[in-house]
Amino acid sequence: MTVLDTKDNAGIGPDIVSAATSRSTAAKKGLTSPWASLAALVIAVLWTIPTFGLFLSSFRPERDVQRTGWWTFLANPNLTFENYAEVLFGGSQPLAGFFVNSILITIPSVAIPIILATMAAYGFAWTRFPLRDTLFVAIFALQIVPLQVALLPLLEIFVGTGLNGTFWTVWIAHSTFALPLATFLLHNSMREIPAELVEAARVDGAGHVRIFTTIMLPLMKPAIAAFSVFQFLWVWNDLLVALVFAGGTADVAPLTVRVAELAGTRDSDWHLLASGAFVSIVIPLIVFFALQRYFVRGLLAGSVKG
Amino acid sequence: MTVLDKLLQLLVAVAVFAAVMGVVLFVAGRARGRRTDLVSGIAFTAPAILLLLVGLLYPAGRTALQSVLDASSSGFVGLDNYIRIFTQPDLVIVLRNTLLWVVITPILATAIGLVYAVLVDRTRFEAVAKALIFLPMAISFVGAAIIWKFVYAYRPNQQNIQQIGLVNQFLVWLGFEPVNFMLVLPWNNLLLIVVMIWIQAGFAMTLLSAAIKAIPGDIIEAARLDGVGGLRLFFYITLPSIRPAVVVVITAISIAVLKVFDIVRTMTGGQFGTSVVANEFYLQSFRLSELGMGSALAMILFILVVPIVIYNVRQMRKVDAR
Repeated sequence: MTVLDTKDNAGIGPDIVSAATSRSTAAKKGLTSPWASLAALVIAVLWTIPTFGLFLSSFRPERDVQRTGWWTFLANPNLTFENYAEVLFGGSQPLAGFFVNSILITIPSVAIPIILATMAAYGFAWTRFPLRDTLFVAIFALQIVPLQVALLPLLEIFVGTGLNGTFWTVWIAHSTFALPLATFLLHNSMREIPAELVEAARVDGAGHVRIFTTIMLPLMKPAIAAFSVFQFLWVWNDLLVALVFAGGTADVAPLTVRVAELAGTRDSDWHLLASGAFVSIVIPLIVFFALQRYFVRGLLAGSVKG
Repeated sequence: MTVLDKLLQLLVAVAVFAAVMGVVLFVAGRARGRRTDLVSGIAFTAPAILLLLVGLLYPAGRTALQSVLDASSSGFVGLDNYIRIFTQPDLVIVLRNTLLWVVITPILATAIGLVYAVLVDRTRFEAVAKALIFLPMAISFVGAAIIWKFVYAYRPNQQNIQQIGLVNQFLVWLGFEPVNFMLVLPWNNLLLIVVMIWIQAGFAMTLLSAAIKAIPGDIIEAARLDGVGGLRLFFYITLPSIRPAVVVVITAISIAVLKVFDIVRTMTGGQFGTSVVANEFYLQSFRLSELGMGSALAMILFILVVPIVIYNVRQMRKVDAR
C-alpha cells in the first residue's frame, strides 16, 4: 500500500499547525469590517449560551430552576451547591461512585493501549522479521472497522470467560479498539527519529530493549502525550462501550452511563441533570484548558478513529 | 463493591499487565546473534497483534457471519436481515434519518467552522474566540445532549407557567405558542443534528484555520495588489487553496456522524421517528436480542464507512504532500 510511504498521514494537523505559525506573519488581515466582527460574535454567543445556561442552572436552587428560566437569574440571584451535593452523594445511586468508576476505567484504558502500541510501533519500525510490512498494513487497515462490528461477539467472549460485569471487559475493549490508530500514529512519528541515533546505539552494544527504553521513549514523549489526551477523552466520554460491557451494574458503570440514565428517567429534574452533566464534564474541561496544545493535536490525529 | 475492592482490581490489572510486559521485554532482551531481530520483532509486536486478533478481527468476522443468521444465530436466513432493513417501514425511516445526519451535519459544521475561522483569523481575540467554539469537542455526547435538551425544554402554555428552555422562551417573546420540539416530525431530527453540528464545528474550524494560515502570504499579497479583497478573495484564493483540507474535514465528520448514537439515545431514545442506524444497532443487538438484525446493522455501518475512510485517507495524502 503506497499510503505508507508518506510520512504521518493522519497527523496532518500538527504539521499544518507548525507550518502555519512560521508563515502567519506574512499575510495581512482578511475581513476587518464591523459586519465580520458582528458575525463572529453572533456565532461565538450562539455556541457558548447553551453550555452557560445549563452551567448557571446547575447552581440555582431547585425551585428556581423548575419555575423560571436561567435568564431571569438576575431578578432573583440565588446560588447553591445543594444540587451538586445531592447528585454526588444523595439518593440510592450517588454519582460519586460512578466518578470513581470512570477514573478506574480510564487509567488502564489509556495506559495499556499506549504501551502496547508504542512497543508494536517500535517492532514495526526498527526490527526486521518475516511478514512485518504485511502485518503493519493489516493493522493500518483495521482502522476502518467501526467498533460496532466487534461488540456483539466480544460480549459473547466475555460472557463465556466469566469476565462479564468486571472492569476487565471495558479495559480490554477500549485497549483493543485503540490499537490500530495508536500503532499507526506512533509508528509514523517513530520513523522520523534519525536512523543514525539507533545505529550509534547499536555500535555501542545496545540491544533493542535498551534502544527502545533509553532512546525511543524519551523522544516519543510528545506523540505519546498527544495520543494519551485523545484516548483519555475518547474513553472518559464513551457511552457505547460502557453501556454494552459495564452498563448493567453500578459497580463498574462510568459517569456517562449513569448521567444518560438520569436523562431518561428523571428528565424533568433539571437541577439534578444540570449538576450531573457538569460532574461528568468537569474533568475533560480541566484537561482541555490545561493541555490545550496536546488536546488539539490528539483530536486532529484521531479524528477518523474507528 | 467498595472503592477498596475496585482499587484492588486496578492493582491486579496493573500487576498482570506489568508482568506480561516484563516477560516480553525479557525475552526480547535475551535474544542474541542472528536471531536477535526476529525474536525482538515478534516480542515487541505480538501483544498488540494477539489482542487485535481476539478483540477485533475475530469478532468482526463473526458479526459478518451472524448478519446472515436469524435472531438467535441458529438458522441461515441469507440476506433477509438486510432486505428487512431496506423494506420494513420503521427501519426505512432509520435509514432516511441516517442519510439526513450524514448529509447535513458535515456540510453545515464545515461551513460554520470555515466562516468562523476566516472571521477570527489574525484578530486580537483569535485564541479566545477559537477556544469558545472548540470547547464542545471536550464535552461528551451525553453531556452535549443534556445541554441541548435543556435549550429545547418545553412547558405547556398555561397561566403562571414560565418556559425554562431558551428556544421556547424566544417563541413566547415573539408571540408564538411554545412547541414540544422533540415530538415534531421531521423537525426533531434536525434539532438533534444541531447538537452534532455544535460539537463538530470546532473540529472543522481548528483544521481549516490551520490550513488557511498555511496559505503562502505572497499569494494573498499578490491578489490584494490586483484589487481582490473581501468575499472575492475568499472564493477565488482562500477556498481553492484549502480545498483538500475541506474534503478531509467533511469526510472525517461524516465518519463520526455515522457512528454516533449517544445523542439520539440521550435526547429521544430513538422514539418519535428519530432513530439512526447506530442507535438501532444498539437497540436490536442489546435490548431486543435480535442478533441477526443487530449484526446486519453493524455491517451496514461498516459498508457505509469504508468508502468514506478510503477517500479521506487519499485526500489526507494530498494535504500532506503540499
